[in-house]
This record gives sequence, C-alpha cells and structure tokens, in this order.
Amino acid sequence: MLELSIKGSKKYYGLLTILAGIAGIGVLFFLYQLKEGLGITGMTRDVSWGFYIANFTYLVGVAAGGVMVVLPYYLHDYKAFGKITILGEFLAIGAIVMCLTFVLVDLGQPMRILNVWIYPSPNSVLFYDTIVLFGYLVLNLVIGWNVLQAERNGTHYQKWLKPVIILSIPWAISIHTVTAFLFCGLPGRGFWLTAVLAPRFLASAFAAGPSLLILLCLLLKKFTKFDPGKEQIQTLSKIVCYAIIINVFFFLCEVFVAFYSNIPEHMDHITYLFMGLHGHGVLVPWMWASAIFMLTGIILLVVPALRRNETTLIIACVVIIVGTWIDKGLGMISGGFVPNPLHHVSEYVPTFPEIVITLGIYAIGALAITVLFKMAVSVKEEVGSA
Amino acid sequence: MKSSRRGFLKITGATAVGLGSMQVAGSFASSGTDDSVATKTSKNSAALTAKHWAMVIDTRKFHSAEDLEPMIEACDKAHNIPKHDDKNHEIKWLWKDEFKHVFPTIDDTYLNDRIKHLPFLVLCNHCEEPACCRACPTQATFKRDDGIVLMDFHRCIGCRFCMAACPYGSRSFNFKDPRPAIKHMNPEFPTRMMGVVEKCNFCAERLAVGKMPACVEASKGAILFGDLKDSESNVRKALKENYTIRRKLQLGASPAVYYIV
Repeated sequence: MLELSIKGSKKYYGLLTILAGIAGIGVLFFLYQLKEGLGITGMTRDVSWGFYIANFTYLVGVAAGGVMVVLPYYLHDYKAFGKITILGEFLAIGAIVMCLTFVLVDLGQPMRILNVWIYPSPNSVLFYDTIVLFGYLVLNLVIGWNVLQAERNGTHYQKWLKPVIILSIPWAISIHTVTAFLFCGLPGRGFWLTAVLAPRFLASAFAAGPSLLILLCLLLKKFTKFDPGKEQIQTLSKIVCYAIIINVFFFLCEVFVAFYSNIPEHMDHITYLFMGLHGHGVLVPWMWASAIFMLTGIILLVVPALRRNETTLIIACVVIIVGTWIDKGLGMISGGFVPNPLHHVSEYVPTFPEIVITLGIYAIGALAITVLFKMAVSVKEEVGSA
Repeated sequence: MKSSRRGFLKITGATAVGLGSMQVAGSFASSGTDDSVATKTSKNSAALTAKHWAMVIDTRKFHSAEDLEPMIEACDKAHNIPKHDDKNHEIKWLWKDEFKHVFPTIDDTYLNDRIKHLPFLVLCNHCEEPACCRACPTQATFKRDDGIVLMDFHRCIGCRFCMAACPYGSRSFNFKDPRPAIKHMNPEFPTRMMGVVEKCNFCAERLAVGKMPACVEASKGAILFGDLKDSESNVRKALKENYTIRRKLQLGASPAVYYIV
C-alpha cells in the first residue's frame, strides 16, 4: 500500500519537498542545540519547561481527538463516519510522532532516553506517559493499516482487529489523562494542582482535534477527488461545539474556585496570565486573544446557520485551533511556572532557534500526515469510495 | 568490582539451591570469605552515619548577607559549582533569599523587623516524602536510607520533571556546559556535564570520609547537622529547646531542614 504514497502529482511532491525542507532546517537547529545545550532556548531555572513541552501537550490532545470519529463509528455504528475514521487514525499517528519528537528534543541528554525503560520507575508519571503514547502509536498504525488494506481488497477487516479497535478508544482517553497527570500531581504548582485538569485537557482536545480534522477534510475535498461528505462535517462540527463549550466551562470553574476561595497560590497564576503580576505580563494579550477566539468559535458553532455555512465553519475551526493552542501551548505551561515556588516572577519567551526546531517538528508531523492521507485517499479513489 | 562479584555469586548460589543441586550450593557456601572482604571495602570506618540526617539553621546568629557568604562559598568550592553570567542559567545548591520568598505561605505584612530584612539560607530540604524522586522517570534522583536525596548525574536524562515537582525551587539544570564556568576546581568532587539536573547533596561525599558538610563547617556553629532519630543528637536538642519552622509544611513533603527564627 505504501507504493500509493510515492505515486503522486507535482503538487503533492512540491508539498513534500517544502515540508522536508522545513524539517531539515529544524534538524540543523536541533544539532546546534545538541552542541550548545538547552541554553539556546528561552527556558530558565524558573520556567524549566517551555515551548517543547507545551506543544507536546497540545498535540497529545490532537492525537486523542481522533477518537471522536472512531468512537461513534465503531461503538455506536454511526455509519457516516466510516468514510473518515481512517483520517482520524492517521491524524493521530502524525500527532503522536510529533509528541514523541517534542519529548526527545526537550531532553538535556536525549541519547539517554532509553534509561526510561532500562530503569522503569512505576512511581513516575512520565514512565507511564511514554508507554501509553507508544502504545497509542502502535494501535493506530495496526488499526489504520489493516482497515485500509481491507477496504482496498474489498473485504471486511480481520475479526481480531475489532477488540484492538475497541481498546484504542479508552487508550485515547488515557494518553491525555496521563499527560495531565504529569502536571496535576505536583505539590507546589497551584495552577496545575486541580482535579479538573485532565477533563479540561480532554475537552480542549476534543475541540482542537476534530477542528483540525474538519479543516483537513475540506482541504482534501478541494485538492483531491475525495469528498468527506456534508453530514460527516456537520456532525464533527457539533462535536467541536460541545467540546469547546465544555472546555470554557471547565476554565470558568477553575476561575471560580481560585478567586472565591481567595487562596493566593491558586489565584496568582491566573492573575499573572490575564492581568499580569508584579509588573510582568507578557502573556496577557495572548490569553485575552485566546478567550476571544474560543468565544467566537462558540458563537459561530452554536448558531445553526453559521455552522452550516462552510466559510464561517472554517473560521470557527481556525479560531478554535488557535485559541486552544494559546490556552494550552502558551498559557498552561508558563502559567504553572510563574510565579515560581519562591514567588519570584521570571517570564518565559521562546527564542528563535526554539521556534525553528518547533516548526521543524510540526513539518515532520505534517509530512507523516500528508503521506498517510495520500495513501488513504488513493485507496478510496481506487475502490471508488471517494 | 568485589561487590558486584558478590552479588553475582549470591544470585547464582540462590539459583543453584533452587535447582536442588546440593553440590553446587555447597561449593558456593565456602566462598563466604568473599563476603567479608567486600563488606570491609564498601564502607569507610571513619564515615559519619545517621538514621535520618537533618539540619537546623539558627538564623539568630546571622545579621547580614555577608554573614552567609562563607557558607555559600564553601559549598560552591566543594562542589565545583559554575558561575554563569546569565541569571536564568544559574546553578544554585546553597543560596540566600528573603523571608517572604523562602516562606511565602507564612509571610506577613507586619512581620518582625529583624526577620523581614534578614537573608535566609536556602537549599534542598532532603524531604522525607520527596516529590522529585516520585517524578523522576529513571530513578536518577533517589532517597537514601539515611534520608539524603541524591542525584546520579550519569543516569539523569535531563527531562526536568524533578524541577517541576520540587515545591522549593531547589533544583538547577545545566543549560550549558558548566566546566568553563568553574572558578576553583576541586578535584575531589566530580564536575557535571551539560543537560543534567543537580542540587545540594547534604555533602554525602564528605560524610563518607568522616567530615561534616562544608556549610556546617564554615558556619561556626550556626548550622547544626545530626541524626533526627537520635533523641540525644545535637539537632534534636536544638529542636527541643527552640521554636523552629520548616518550609511549606502543608504540602506533606516533610523537609529535613529546620530554621530557628
């Protein structure tokens, strides 16, 4: 089946070349980081995780979001999604590849990464996170590949695959739950120390993942013979709508608990993000932009006429992707580290090399998704189910 | 070498017994002399030991930042701590800060004048329930039986999970190569490489050869160091006679560093 991904148009090869070029530049900057150390990033003694871990967290959400097409199709027999489940699974694969790469480039000693498995530490959440992420990658590769192969052969997928598919559903929930547990089990960080963190992560994941999937489906419709179908897009947009509303609701719950209880350790971080603290507030405009984006997304999706209109639907998906990315990618990590445990305020801003490496990793993910989607679309064109 | 051989013999010996081969088991039993040799080489007889090491800092004996300098300098020298120009990349094992930062949860608007302006020593608390050790995915940071929380610089992958986990900001990461930034090289303590985390080790390497921690030695009696589980020890005596506080007790980590205020 892989041969389908190397038989493409000039446009397809052009896209691959551009993505490979960006990835290549990212690799060069990573080599520079290997030589000089993480000092070339904006991370500091106080804000010891930055852009890499933030994007990692966001993309775990995108990966988990794929389950929003898998679950209705396989558990509720919602037939319409049969056409796009493979895209959800392949999107998850691309996202997990990016996640694992982000973890790798964030390490001070990346060549020692296997120590995580050589010295397994059942008390460390990071140990479990590597297991669930790798597991989810394997699950989606096995499922996606076999289902697509069966479709190509005009047969039903193998019987043994069904339980594997069912397993992948709670597994998707687990990857983002465990990723939230990385943060919310730490005693001295009031911003993360909340039981609603994992649910909130999942809500934003189920908004961001399907939003991205809608945009990718519309792109495929525009540039290939593949038509994802109107009903499919509309159902996805309703899922996004519920998820983004729940995400904002969870956030407002956080704000209530922090400010009504009036406990400084919980208020300080939110104050820093939205109002600034002790004269520092580099993220304030970003956080308000994020809030406005998410609210705009809600309005555009709640009103049926706007949801059905393709243009406003695209705008809704874009603002939700950007809004949740700022919320999770910029605010969630920095917000937890500022102020630091000794109540000093030192801010974090990513550096140029850090951003280039990040873009490089996104290009690697986009490359994987492009190749996988090409394969899926080619199969569908071949069997006439496009 | 000896100790690993001993471990190997134990395992093979146990396996042999498990297989019911009396002859093999018997021949290994005679190698018991190996054990005694290994035991003798594993521990310095002069080593200082305790059931649970703890520190008591008598802040009444300090009046200004200068008073703390000798201790910080002794620590820096003993442990090859680099001095980076960029504050963001600082490596800190023992340092000083104001009360409101060291004890943010009990800081008060109308605080006693002396304490308000007094610099406090800050270091790893060697917690009884260390969050850093819980978080570490490779057991590169671990708690020893005597309560000291240590780092294995060779195993650390530099994920910085421990830094996020530590509620006291006691850990530093080598954002760049530390070696060029070391002013006085102490050949008796290893330097670190780039990309690993480090922190105060309660001078485990000095205790092992019968010396008190460097800061304790330089403090002229202002810092006490002893066994928390020994009711006759100097630290227990100090705790009995003085009112002491510990940092962020509400988090349940139970620090081993006490402050007399």
